[in-house]
Formats: sequence, structure tokens, C-alpha cells
Amino acid sequence: MTATITPTAEAPPVRPRRRRGAGETAARAARGGLFHITSSVLAVAFLFPLVWALLNSFKSKDEANQQPPTWFPHSLSIANYRSLAGFDQGIGTYLLNSILLSALTVLLSVVVCVLGGYGFARFTFRGKTLLFGTTLGILMVPYATILLPLYIVLGHLGLQNSLIGLALVLVMFQLPFGIYLMRNSFDAVPRELEEAALVDGASTVGALRHVSLRIVMPGVVTVALFSFLTSWNEYLAPLIFLNDGSKYTLPVMLVNIRYASYNIIDFGALQAGVVVAMLPCLVVYLALQRFYVNGLVAGALRG
Amino acid sequence: MSVTVTHPVTDAAPTRRRPRRSRSSPGRRPLTGLLFVAPTGVIVAGLFLVPLAILVYMSFTDWPLLASPTPDGVDNYRHLAHDDQFLGAIGFTLLYTVITTVVLFAVAFVLVAISNSRRRGTRFYRTAFFLPYVVGTAAASTMWWVDSSDSLGVFNRILEAVGLIHKPVGFLETPGKALFTVITLVVWKFIGFQVLVLLVGVQSIPTELYEAARVDGASTLQRLRYITVPGLKPTLALLTVLSVTGSLLAFDQFFVLTHGGPDNSTVTVVLALYNKAFQSFRLGDAAAEAVVLLVALILLNVIQLRLLRHRENP
Repeated sequence: MTATITPTAEAPPVRPRRRRGAGETAARAARGGLFHITSSVLAVAFLFPLVWALLNSFKSKDEANQQPPTWFPHSLSIANYRSLAGFDQGIGTYLLNSILLSALTVLLSVVVCVLGGYGFARFTFRGKTLLFGTTLGILMVPYATILLPLYIVLGHLGLQNSLIGLALVLVMFQLPFGIYLMRNSFDAVPRELEEAALVDGASTVGALRHVSLRIVMPGVVTVALFSFLTSWNEYLAPLIFLNDGSKYTLPVMLVNIRYASYNIIDFGALQAGVVVAMLPCLVVYLALQRFYVNGLVAGALRG
Repeated sequence: MSVTVTHPVTDAAPTRRRPRRSRSSPGRRPLTGLLFVAPTGVIVAGLFLVPLAILVYMSFTDWPLLASPTPDGVDNYRHLAHDDQFLGAIGFTLLYTVITTVVLFAVAFVLVAISNSRRRGTRFYRTAFFLPYVVGTAAASTMWWVDSSDSLGVFNRILEAVGLIHKPVGFLETPGKALFTVITLVVWKFIGFQVLVLLVGVQSIPTELYEAARVDGASTLQRLRYITVPGLKPTLALLTVLSVTGSLLAFDQFFVLTHGGPDNSTVTVVLALYNKAFQSFRLGDAAAEAVVLLVALILLNVIQLRLLRHRENP
């Protein structure tokens, strides 16, 4: 985040030095204190639900379902994660499905967006503006409305109830942002670099792979990151397209636990499930933060 | 930049040069270009344009999920006009959209003020505000559902601990409370994005403007009114579009947290559409609802784009 966002808007480069009186210094300290108290309270409020789910997931079965809830776990236990292992097909299956779906979506999005972005940036051909415009037009059409006919299209392609079909749909929704971002990234790479490689005998794909792709790598990471977060978290599309319990992804499993046994819901297992579903996103985001922000600035906001 | 890129194909001797390729710059070969965009084209055509056409066709048919469709003219659209659940859903969704958009902006401004500070620790606060955004809506809604439970939920526990309430509140019991609870979830979950975008907008305003205003003796409020707000207009417009569109299409949080209840009081348009298609199996009616929603959103986007363009070149 620090890479692009530096708090400068209100920062004057030169401020006339004045001698500060004792009262002024105290007032400044008070303002600083107030700032940190307000900010900390808000930050705690935002982080609390995440930490709370984590803490609760490690409570013993009894403690996790105790009323009123205890603040801190009296003893640490992995019983809640154990019961996830025994839920329907077992958490392993759902985790694997989520990983497969995300990997497929990320891989396909990156390949399609890199090739497409390069094509749009470097070549002129008939229908270029039309195709580019239509791709961006996907943004205009609400996601939920098109799932219905997509269900039928996937049926005709034999891709209903399949993670591949689902990945293709998720890739389609990544295209407007991904293609736009990659086209801009390639536009920023000087053509001369590639032409030099071509003169030296590289093929078009070789020039793309060895020269430009290295320079646009940050854009590629951004596309991968956005695709990962979307596919890992997506709920409605798997709910509609998958009808075989062994293919369900983590978000679908979570909601199923919540509705599985209406009267005796296992709160501990539910929170363990929440932790499994959210932890990868938090880790990946914290590791790749700057790509997220840079991508947003380059792709979403310039448009 | 060219300095840092090492020449990757130095071993390709001039004798192996392929003159056909080296003579024409890449832009001159339309066929190669088409090959590069072919995957995009196939996906856009097959998974976007074709479904879009099918959707419109569906909306003019009687299409039970498992049987074959029969054309029925504008019957589906006529049904919509008398469909109480759909009409109710439109009203509720509009209400939800207005409240959410206003609350999101109000809270976001406080958080942007914090995030834009030069004080120590700001980076931590920013990350804290943003983290919930990367948690999936289904996971976040499940979490909120657990936390808002009257017997086991931590929200009641906290309110009791600070003495605001004496007996547990049923956060999802009445339509009003259920809507309130969903909005708290949405603010918590989505505001980080709004803050981030606003922050980028605020920091793209040239510092010199503030300098000049300071020199001219403008107060903090005046600087906010005459520099920050006008400078942020495109960002605010973008966020309004995103917030309105997102709210009009709300599904996950209602499906998981309230399931449309109590008494179908929190059924959104997309939830109604889902119920029609996958609970009642009336695809034709659902498609007509989708087309109405689609047209409404496209109109909204077009109007918003016009306004944006108008602002940019007055």
C-alpha cells in the first residue's frame, strides 16, 4: 500500500518554522492522542470479527456452543476442525475443489488476458474496437442476470456441474478488468524493445515471452490476485452450476453447514469453516497488497 | 526501463535471422493479432453474447426448468406487473440501496480522514479497515449470522458488557432489525474498498492547489469545499455507480444472513429472481425479471456516464 499511497495531499513541503509555546505543544499532543484513540477503536472494531472467529474456532465443542459466549478460549482444541472433516464429504474435498477452481480460474484468466491485452495493444485488425468495447461491456451487465442462460449454455457444452465450466464463467467476468489492465500495461512497454528481439530472430511469441512479459509482470500478478479472490469467494455461481455435493466449494459448504441442521447448529464448526474460507484470502492479500492497490489505480480508476 | 532489460535472444546469430518477420513491425500483421485475441473473442461470444441472446429469448417463453420451452409472447412481463414478491423486492432493494449508499459514504469519509493522515500508525489503520473486504461475502455473512445470534452471539455480549442493553436483542427478528444488521455487515465488509478508492482520489489532487489556498488564507473548511470536493467529483461518481449497482444486485448477504426473512421482508430483486428460477423452476418469468433488471442497470450506467463526461468537459 505504501508503494503508491503516500499521505501528501495536506503536506506542505516548506512550513515556516515558528517557536511553539507550551500550550500549543499540549494542544498538538491532545489532538494526536484523540486521533489515535478514535482510529484504534475503529481498527479494533474492524479486526474484531476476524479475530473472534479465529479464537472461537479453537474453543472446545462445549465452550464454543456455550451461552453466553466466553471471551477467551479456556483451553485450545481442534475439535471444531475435526468435525469439519466429518461434515458431508469432508472439508478436504471442499478445500480441494476450491483450490482447483481458483487455480483454473487464475491460470485461464492470466493466459487469456495476457494474450488478449497484447493483441489489443500491439496489432490492428478488423473488429478490434468492437471486440474491445464488447469485452468492457461485460461490466455493464449484472452478473446475476446472466447466470440463468449461462446455466443452459454450459448444459449444452456438457460443462454443467463441472469446475471447468464454472472456471470459464468466472474468467469471463474477469475479462473486462484483466484485458483493460493488460492492454494498458503492454501499451506502456516501448515497441522498440520487441522489435529489437524480432530483428535478432525471435518469434512474435518469443518476443512477448522474453521481453514484454517481464516488464508487465506486476499487471499479471494483479490479474492473478483479483481472479484468485473472486473465484475463492464466489458463492452464487457455484450454488447454481454445481449440483453434485462432491464438487461443492468452501463457500457453498459453509452455508450448507448453517442450514444443515436447523435446530442444532454447531457454532464451533461453523466458525472453523469461516476461518478455513477466509484465511487464504487474508494471507494472499497481506503478501501482495501493493499489487492490489497498484492494479486498482492502473486499471479501475484510470478508466 | 530499457536499461534493465537484458537482451534475451543474444544467441540468435544474424545468419538465423528470419527476414519476413524482422521487416514488418508486429502491428502490420492482422492475422497474428486476431490469434492473440481469439481466446477473448471465443469467451466473450460464447459465454456473454450468446447467453445474453438466450436470456432475451427465454423471457418470451414459458420455460419450466426440465421441460422444453414454449413461446408465450409478453406473458412473463405481464406476470411481473402483478407479481407481489417481485414488486415488493424492487421496493425493498431500492430502500436498501439508498440507505447503504448514504451510510457507506458517511462512514467512509471518517475512515479516509484517518487513512490520509501523516501520523504514525496510519498504515496499520488502513490495513485494518481494508482486510474485511478480501473475506468472501458468504464467509462474512456466516460470521455475522453467528455473531448476531441472541443466545451465542458476541454482539449481544458486547452490548451487555458495556451496559447498553439488559437482555439479548434478536438482531434478525423484525424486518427493521434484520435490515439494520445486514447494513452493518455491508459497511464492515465493503467500506475498505470505498476508502481505498477515495484515498487514491484525494491523493491525486495536486498539492500545489492546497499550497496556493493556504497562501491565500483559505481555512480548512474552505479548502475542503473548493479543492477537495470538486477534485473528487469523478471518484465520487464512480463510487456512487459501484455502490448503487452493487446494492441493486445484492444477493449473498441476504441469502445467507436473513434468507429473505422474517416473513419475506428482506427479499431483494436477485433473491426473488433466484427463487423464481431455482425454487419455482419458472425460468421464463425469472428471465423477464432479469431483463427488466438488466435494462434498468444499463440505463443507470448510461446516465451516469453521460453525467461523468459532462463534468469532464463542461
